[in-house]
Order: sequence, then C-alpha cells, then structure tokens
Amino acid sequence: MQHIISLLMENESGALSRVAGLFSARGYNIESLTVAPTEDETLSRMTIVTSGSNEIIEQINKQLNKLVDVVKLVDITANGEHIERELMLIKVQADTSEKREEVKRQADIFHGQILDVTDTTYIIELTGEGSKLDAFIKAMDATDILETVRSGSTGITRGESSLRV
Amino acid sequence: MELSGDKIVTQFLKDEGVEYVFGYPGGAVLHIYDALFKQDAVKHILVRHEQGATHAADGYARSTGKPGVVLVTSGPGATNAVTGIATAYLDSIPLVVLTGQVTSAFIGSDAFQEVDSVGITRPCVKHNFLVKDVKDLAETLKKAFHVATTGRPGPVVVDIPKDVTDPNIKIPYEYPANIKLRSYNPVVEVQSSQVDQAVDALLSAKRPMIYSGGGSVLSNASQELRAFTRQLGYPITQTLMGLGAFPDPDPLNVGMLGMHGTYEANMAMHECDVLFAVGARFDDRVTGDVKQFCPNAKIIHVDIDPSSVSKNVQVDIPLLGDVKQVLSELSKAITASKRKPDEKALKNWWDQIKDWTSKDCLRYDRNSALIKPQFVVEKLYEVTGGDAFVTSDVGQHQMFAAQFYKFNEPRRWINSGGLGTMGFGLPAAIGTQLGNPNDTVACITGEASIQMCLQELSTALQYSTPIKVVNLNNRYMGMVRQWQEFFYESRYSHSYIDALPDFMKLAEAYGHVGMRIEKPEDVEGALKEAFAMKDRLVFMDFITDQKENVYPMIAAGKGHHEMHERELA
Repeated sequence: MQHIISLLMENESGALSRVAGLFSARGYNIESLTVAPTEDETLSRMTIVTSGSNEIIEQINKQLNKLVDVVKLVDITANGEHIERELMLIKVQADTSEKREEVKRQADIFHGQILDVTDTTYIIELTGEGSKLDAFIKAMDATDILETVRSGSTGITRGESSLRV
Repeated sequence: MELSGDKIVTQFLKDEGVEYVFGYPGGAVLHIYDALFKQDAVKHILVRHEQGATHAADGYARSTGKPGVVLVTSGPGATNAVTGIATAYLDSIPLVVLTGQVTSAFIGSDAFQEVDSVGITRPCVKHNFLVKDVKDLAETLKKAFHVATTGRPGPVVVDIPKDVTDPNIKIPYEYPANIKLRSYNPVVEVQSSQVDQAVDALLSAKRPMIYSGGGSVLSNASQELRAFTRQLGYPITQTLMGLGAFPDPDPLNVGMLGMHGTYEANMAMHECDVLFAVGARFDDRVTGDVKQFCPNAKIIHVDIDPSSVSKNVQVDIPLLGDVKQVLSELSKAITASKRKPDEKALKNWWDQIKDWTSKDCLRYDRNSALIKPQFVVEKLYEVTGGDAFVTSDVGQHQMFAAQFYKFNEPRRWINSGGLGTMGFGLPAAIGTQLGNPNDTVACITGEASIQMCLQELSTALQYSTPIKVVNLNNRYMGMVRQWQEFFYESRYSHSYIDALPDFMKLAEAYGHVGMRIEKPEDVEGALKEAFAMKDRLVFMDFITDQKENVYPMIAAGKGHHEMHERELA
C-alpha cells in the first residue's frame, strides 16, 4: 500500500542524501520525494511517498527515525485524515481549433488553469491528489503531451494534530 | 581560553578523557599532528595502515567499554579507514574517527588527496559531520562522542578541513560538557505494561529459551543477565557477539547458537515455546531460514534500537530500552509477581536438552597425529586460565575460538561478528592490550587473515604490546575451503595459499619471537613457553590439520534443526 511519510529534518547539507541513501541501501521504494525549508529556517520538511507491506513501512518509519538529523516524523496515511496535494505543469499540443477546445474543456473539468498559450501549445497547471493528475494525463491524447512535470506529493494531517517541533 | 582549531582538537580530546588516539599523519591533519606533538595528555599510537588504526581503536573500545578514537588524513587515509569503520558499525562499537579534509576552498575541486569522506562513510556510520567553521569544532566533537556512545553505540566520523585547524586563527574555547541534539533522544523509558506481559509469558513457559547477544555486552548488563537467568533457571544461549556476558562454563549455558552453534542450543531454539531475545538482532547467521525460526515460540525482544525489533523476525512482545535497565526491572517484576516457573515442565525441558547435549556435538578426533585447531584453542584456554582477552580474525579459527575458549566474562572475546573482517585480529589485539596493560591478550588467527594487517606487527613492537599470536596455519582459507568441500564438490578454487612466508622468520624480522609447532605433543609446552614471555610478542605458527572442518553446521538458508554433524570413526 502507498504511504505518505512527512518528516522534519535539521536543515543541514547532506540531510537529503542521508534519506535518499537509506532508501537505496535498504532497497525501499521511493515514488516521490519533496523537500523544502519551513517557517523555521533551521528545519526542512520532507514528504516521501513510498509503498510496501506493513512490515516494510514499519521498518522505513523506524529507520528514518533513527537518522540523527530527523527531528520528527509522521506517517500521515496511517494517522487518520489527511490532505494530499501535488502540482503538475503539463505542456500539450494545441495546434488546431478542435484540440484547443478539447484541452480547454478538460482543463475546466479538472479545475486546471491554462498558464501559457502559443499558436501551437497550451501549458496547464493542475493541483490535486496524485490520482487526479494521473486521470488528467489519461484524459489527454498521449500523442499531444509534449512535456509533464510533477512536484511529487506533499501532505498534511487534518485538524489539530500537527507535525511540528 | 583562546585556542586555534588544531589545539582545540587536542585540548578537547584531553577534556573528554581520551587516553589514546590511533592514527597516521598526512597533509590535511598536519596542524593537528603539530598540536599533538606539543602536548602529552593524549597518547598517539602510530599504526602502519589506517585500517589498523580503526581496528586497534575498535579493540580498545570493545575491551574497555570506552570509545575508540582514530585520526587519519584526507583521501586515502579516510578510504583506508572505511573497512574498520564498517566493522565497528555492524557490531555497534563506539568509535570517533577524525578525518582530515582538504582546505574548505578546495572542496569539490578534485584537489590532491580529496575524497568525499562524509559521502563515502555515510552508509556505515551512525552519524557523520563536516566541520565548516572552527567555531563549530568543539561542539561538533562533543556531539560525535555523545552520538557514538549513547543509545545503540556506533562509529561517528568528523571530517575536518585543513583550514579549520589553522594554527593562526584563535577563538575562545570552553569544553562543551553538555550539548543537546533535539533530533536525537536515544534513551527510552521501559513501558510497564510490556514488562507485565513479558513476565507473564516468561512464567507461563513450558520450554523457555534465553537468547542473548552483543547488546548485553555493550550495555554492561552481564550481572543483570546472570541474575535474571539464574532467578528463572532457564537455559541460555549466546550469540557470537554475546559470548562471556553469561559465563560459558555455567550449567544453564547451552553454548553458542547459529550456523556453528551447538546442537543443543539450536535444537532448543527450534523447540522452545517462549523465546526471550535480549540485545540480539536476529542476524541471518543466527536464525538460519527465518521461516523455520523458532516455529512454536512466542517471542519477547529486548533492544535499545526500535529498528531492530521485528526487522527480520516478527516479535510478539517488544521491550524497548537499555538491556541493563530492562533486565533489572524484569527481575524485580518476577519477584514481585510471586509466581514461579513451571517446575515440572522445566524439568522435562532440561531432560530434553541434556539428551541433546549428550550428542557431544563439538567432539573431534583427539588421537590425530596432526595438530587439531580445536586442541590448540582448548590448550590455550587451559594455559591462560580462561582469563585472557582473545581477539580473532575471521574464518574457521574464529569459530573454533568461539566454540572452545570458554569465556567467563564479557568484553574478553573481541571479534568482527557482523562484517566478518579478515585482518581485524592483530590490530584489535594491540588496542586491547593498550586498554588492558596488565592483562593477557591472545590473537587467534589463521595464515590468511593475519596477512591482511600483518604490518601492524611493527606497531606492536613500537608500543611494546606483548600479544601472543596463535596462528592456526592450515595453508587454506579454511572456511572458504570448507564451503567449497560441502557445496562446490571439493573444487578448491583459489582457497589455497601457495608461497606462504616463513612466519617464524617473519616474526623475528619484525623484532618479535617466532615459534613453529608441528606436533600435537608440543602444543601445550609451546603455549606455556610463549605465555611465560610476559614482555614479548610471541608469534606461534601452529601447523594444523589441513582438512579440519567446523561442526556442527547449519547450511545457509536451512533451519536450526537441520544441522550437519561430524562423523567420527
């Protein structure tokens, strides 16, 4: 099953390589990984999307917690309700009026925004759960997709419970 | 006090109570070596190869319980140290390894003797640091010692660019006695509900088994382990890393378990209904096939590292915490429960175990005209009164040492269990002897392993460490040969070492005493003669039976009940 693990790390050089190295050394999957500083500049927040059996996910959590730079960690999928968001920018061929209409219509359905328009292309911005972005890609004609870029998922738990120091 | 970075290193080590630094100089650490020259509080042991420095520091740490300290230069100095760092990592040994680094401005430019030491060591350290500013130096060093020695111990690398130790830049220095790492809280409080569950399971057992590992040694929990085991009267088996925490000659001890463990220990593991694992990590050399591991047992696991729990084998009752503290709380809780073990069931269980023990699984041919390696270890045990510190290298001789030297005390058996590093024994013996100057230190080795760090014979002379080297010389990489005999139809591919040196002359060339022993009847006399030379390193080259194998043996991937045993005529 897919899990989203959020963690706070000391914002130090090499912190990312410790996490990435752990996953490769122990043969765990990384589906996506995002990292950026938080409002507290000494901390980075990392979101890792991974998958595996319950035993493997438990080990991933424990091994991440064991890293000396990891301050706090939560498996937000295992911890009740949460919100997951990913950003995608997708550039598609839009060189005929039919295509331009169809792409615009699909973008509207998915609450996407068209950010850039040329004579032959559109760039659409879309946010949502990973599965929604997958669905949008499917809705496009594969031959029309020129480029996709996805941020990887980030997430946050609902309500009062918070990942903070 | 105002100090420059080079002197901060030496002053800090003094303030930290460091007795020895094992190292080798080079460009990036010359400022630090100059500072070492100007003081005498911290003694430097000059090795002949950086791998030797890490193993010597490791032997010092294992035998004394204090962290081992290493100082090497950048580039090849650091890479040569990696094997020793990984050795310490796999066995959870506290080391602090200071590696020089090229000047900050040159980092990333492929400078002379530059290597990304932090990157290279990252997967085999508990943690590592790159010091970017002399202002952070003292605090980083303190963090390194703190992380290395607390929780589940391990090696920590501190990479120090040359400019950080510039003797011309002085800053205020104060020993950072207390530091806090918000992201590192290794001390766990024992959960009382878990203690109750464990006590209930232990006292309900019909066929209990205690399985103790290196954690019992690292936690200095030997007294607590003895009290706990004797309080229950349960059988105990110890891993290769745990030997000595519980005394080997004690009747409750059923011997080592695992690949070359005793028949009784492995059978008792297979048949037990409650397994009490303490400070052990269910290594594959211990468990064999995990699917067949303790098939009927409820498993209780005491460990300080949460990631050890249910890593290889699912555990029913985890008890997180320091082994020493958990065992003492369990003993108290057992007493308070006023319950007693099931005497009748326990008697039946012991009868069964005695039946297994009667197979005498460690038997070997005592009438051989050739020297049997087991015989040498048995005689070594007798001649040293069972009281020596024994280091070993890796292979058959290591297993014979573990099986036949009956360790009474923890920290006396010094070997590379996890990584299995050939070359460990001799430098580890040097560190052990320095840490225990009044004790007897023996290094049980083989002619293949000893050659991997042989150059440290020179270090041993320089620092007058009167180690007794017991070289079990069968002209083969014995364990490789054994596997080739069993699993590769006796095709001894490259496991025979042709053109061996004359070890007796070699020892003499290094300034030591050399002996060659070729007949069983000369073994005891040679050992007595060697150990009588209190102030000399004696290298005893025992020419042993080439085809001797280690028994019993569980082949990789087999269950505990599927042991190969020795056939004796």
